[in-house]
Amino acid sequence: MYCTVFSGALCGVSAYLVSVEVDIDRGLPAFSMVGSLSSEVRESRERVAVALKNVGLDMPPERITVNLSPGDKRKEGTAFDLSIAVGILEALGKIPKGVTKDVLFLGELGLNGELKMARGVLPIVREAAACGMKECIVPKSNVKEGAVIQDIRVRGAEHIRDVIAFLRETDAERREEILPSEYIDIDSLFSDAANEEPDLDFSQVRGQESAKRAAEIAAAGFHNMLLLGPPGAGKSMIAKRIPGILPPLNIEESLEVTTVLSVAGLLGGGETLVTKRPFQSPHHSVSLAALIGGGTNPRPGLVSLSHRGVLFLDELPEFQRVVLDSLRQPIEEHRILISRANGNVIFPCDCMMICAMNPCPCGFYPDRGKCKCSETRVKQYLGKVSGPILDRIDLCVELQPVDPSSLRGDNRSESSAQIRSRIMAARERQRKRFDRTGYRFNSDIEASDMERFCHLGKAEAALMDQLYQSLGLSARAYHRILKVARTIADLEGAEEICEEHLLEAAFFRPTSGLVG
Amino acid sequence: MRQTVGQSGQIYQIFAESEHFPKRLLEIPGVPKSLYVIGALPQDDLPSVAIIGARDCTEYGKHVARHLGQRMAQAGVQVISGMARGIDGISQMAALESKGMSFGVLGCGVDICYPSQNRPLYDLLVQKGGILSEYPPGTAPKANLFPPRNRIVSGLSDVVIVVEAREKSGTLITVDMALEQGRDVYVVPGRITDPLSVGCNRLAKCGAGLFLDADDLLEELWEIHDKKTIKQPKNTRLQEATRVVTACTKEGTKMLFLKPEEEAIWQVLDYYPQSVDEIQKKLPESFRELPVRTILMRMCMEKHAVCVSSGFFCIPGEA
Repeated sequence: MYCTVFSGALCGVSAYLVSVEVDIDRGLPAFSMVGSLSSEVRESRERVAVALKNVGLDMPPERITVNLSPGDKRKEGTAFDLSIAVGILEALGKIPKGVTKDVLFLGELGLNGELKMARGVLPIVREAAACGMKECIVPKSNVKEGAVIQDIRVRGAEHIRDVIAFLRETDAERREEILPSEYIDIDSLFSDAANEEPDLDFSQVRGQESAKRAAEIAAAGFHNMLLLGPPGAGKSMIAKRIPGILPPLNIEESLEVTTVLSVAGLLGGGETLVTKRPFQSPHHSVSLAALIGGGTNPRPGLVSLSHRGVLFLDELPEFQRVVLDSLRQPIEEHRILISRANGNVIFPCDCMMICAMNPCPCGFYPDRGKCKCSETRVKQYLGKVSGPILDRIDLCVELQPVDPSSLRGDNRSESSAQIRSRIMAARERQRKRFDRTGYRFNSDIEASDMERFCHLGKAEAALMDQLYQSLGLSARAYHRILKVARTIADLEGAEEICEEHLLEAAFFRPTSGLVG
Repeated sequence: MRQTVGQSGQIYQIFAESEHFPKRLLEIPGVPKSLYVIGALPQDDLPSVAIIGARDCTEYGKHVARHLGQRMAQAGVQVISGMARGIDGISQMAALESKGMSFGVLGCGVDICYPSQNRPLYDLLVQKGGILSEYPPGTAPKANLFPPRNRIVSGLSDVVIVVEAREKSGTLITVDMALEQGRDVYVVPGRITDPLSVGCNRLAKCGAGLFLDADDLLEELWEIHDKKTIKQPKNTRLQEATRVVTACTKEGTKMLFLKPEEEAIWQVLDYYPQSVDEIQKKLPESFRELPVRTILMRMCMEKHAVCVSSGFFCIPGEA
């Protein structure tokens, strides 16, 4: 007997449907699987056979052939188990013929028959809906993630027994009882998230006014930022609070973020759509593949996991140079192309890069009283960070050691919500300005469009000339100051860039010690 | 004025027996057998001072070194130093820029510019001053070559001034040699809390002269020269120069035409770097709400302040 059941597989962040074809015929007893399978997919036959035996359904001593089509795409993972088991049952006639039509099955089987979490449920369910499927049966732990797609019924099962019972049942009401279809109220999810106070709030950061101001500007214009300062000055503290002042994720962004997490296999604890901006802080020993993504069947790296959020690189000079250099293109293009022998995969990585480092090996420069590093060593230390990465940093701010008196008392400063409201106003101005230009934020402005979006009056142009001379700026640094000044003007609600904006932007420019 | 034996830009060797050999060097223990020179040799009948100090100096040190270099040059005093980064180089550069004479004594061959970032100074010394070394051309800089050259630095001078030195500093080797050679040592005092002034303050405690004012020092120099009965130069540049009293204090560098808010910030600025947040806190109540960042940037642009590293500002030590 022959039958076809559907499952799905991942290719980057997109998915495709896999038809699981099962044929059972007389012959020498065997269980063979074909279709360009990796070893964990091939091992599926042991899991399926034992799981079926343990629910009381013995495999017949016949010749079983399973083909996963399309056969030329390499298949990985353990999520095909359920579809293979269901296919065998249907081919054996243990479940009624045709009940698996328009149903997609996903999930790994345990030997006792329980269903375990799968990777990439969200993109696969979305693909199934796009292909006109009507139902998806996924592991219970992934059901909330799949149920985000509203035009398909998504049911979560804990055990293969429930799936069999569901497929054998003909009464619609009873079916619903066995495996209820999940529903998620996305609107209330987002309104709840918008009202939620972030647990990491800027009001907890005492002092460091310059750094907070820089964070606000960076968040408003989606600029990459560098925090310099001695250990314990609060670099990480500030970086961790930046997702909280970014505008809340909208539904499209949230779907993108959730998809990446789903593909990486980081959902599975019953999470649904992600409503918080991601924050990733890789350790400086991170490998290239872990940061930008990789593997024979590529998985997203940390850059992609911080998509629409913040990628925080602490102790920047300690990262391997190759690893940092690999960030150049992704940061520029907001996506990352990973090419492997079996094809190319594109992952999104539209993230804000926040870097932090000590100003010198001992951490106390420019306080010559405490710092014992020679100028050469300071330069060497800063020089460890490759120029092209620093080129992509628009703002730089130096933190000073915290004054203990500011740690006492209850002089709470501005809350994240207050800062966020200003940032959202500035974002709105940018949205209007860049309507139908292909740009989204001030940080995206190309040198060729500088005149169009960062126009300067006479006095301002004269000031920039003077700054250019006295600070010894490069052409790139000049443009960076203009872009940041544009964001500062947006934060203030000013249409034109004024001298004050330019001077403040110049204050936050990455200094010559770092760049050029 | 320039006493050159060889052609300009060429290296020549001068032996201790030569009549052109600096007389001061003949008095010291361990007279170098010969010197390799590019440019001029210090003149025996002109006073000379060695200005030495830390390589990684503070803005305060930079400011004093610059001031000293300028004043000495204006008074016709030759500035001797080791052409190192920091105090040495800054004082020599200031002297040459003020149309004075300066001589660099190297711990490597005279054809090698060490440290390489002092190339502008090296070139200027070749043209307008002199570069000296007891090591033959092509000798690479090595740590053990530097202490012996320090005896030449102090040997060529009447007075040695230490601008900034840590407690354990190479500069102190030069001081030891200077004392051995009977040279007067002056130190620039600093705050007792500054590690870069500890060396100087210690020396002061041990009896070194305190440098407080260029005029005092110049008077001292003339006395030494009279005693040595070396003929006093006829030019009156010195007298003229001493009449121009510019104190070494912060007020001495004060620029006119500061706006009131700039003036307020300028008052807070110091020779050690302060962050914007610190500066803001120190401002008088009525100026607390100023946009300090923008005003400071403007002051930097107009050279009334200097940004040491991002977000840290002080009074410009080097104009």
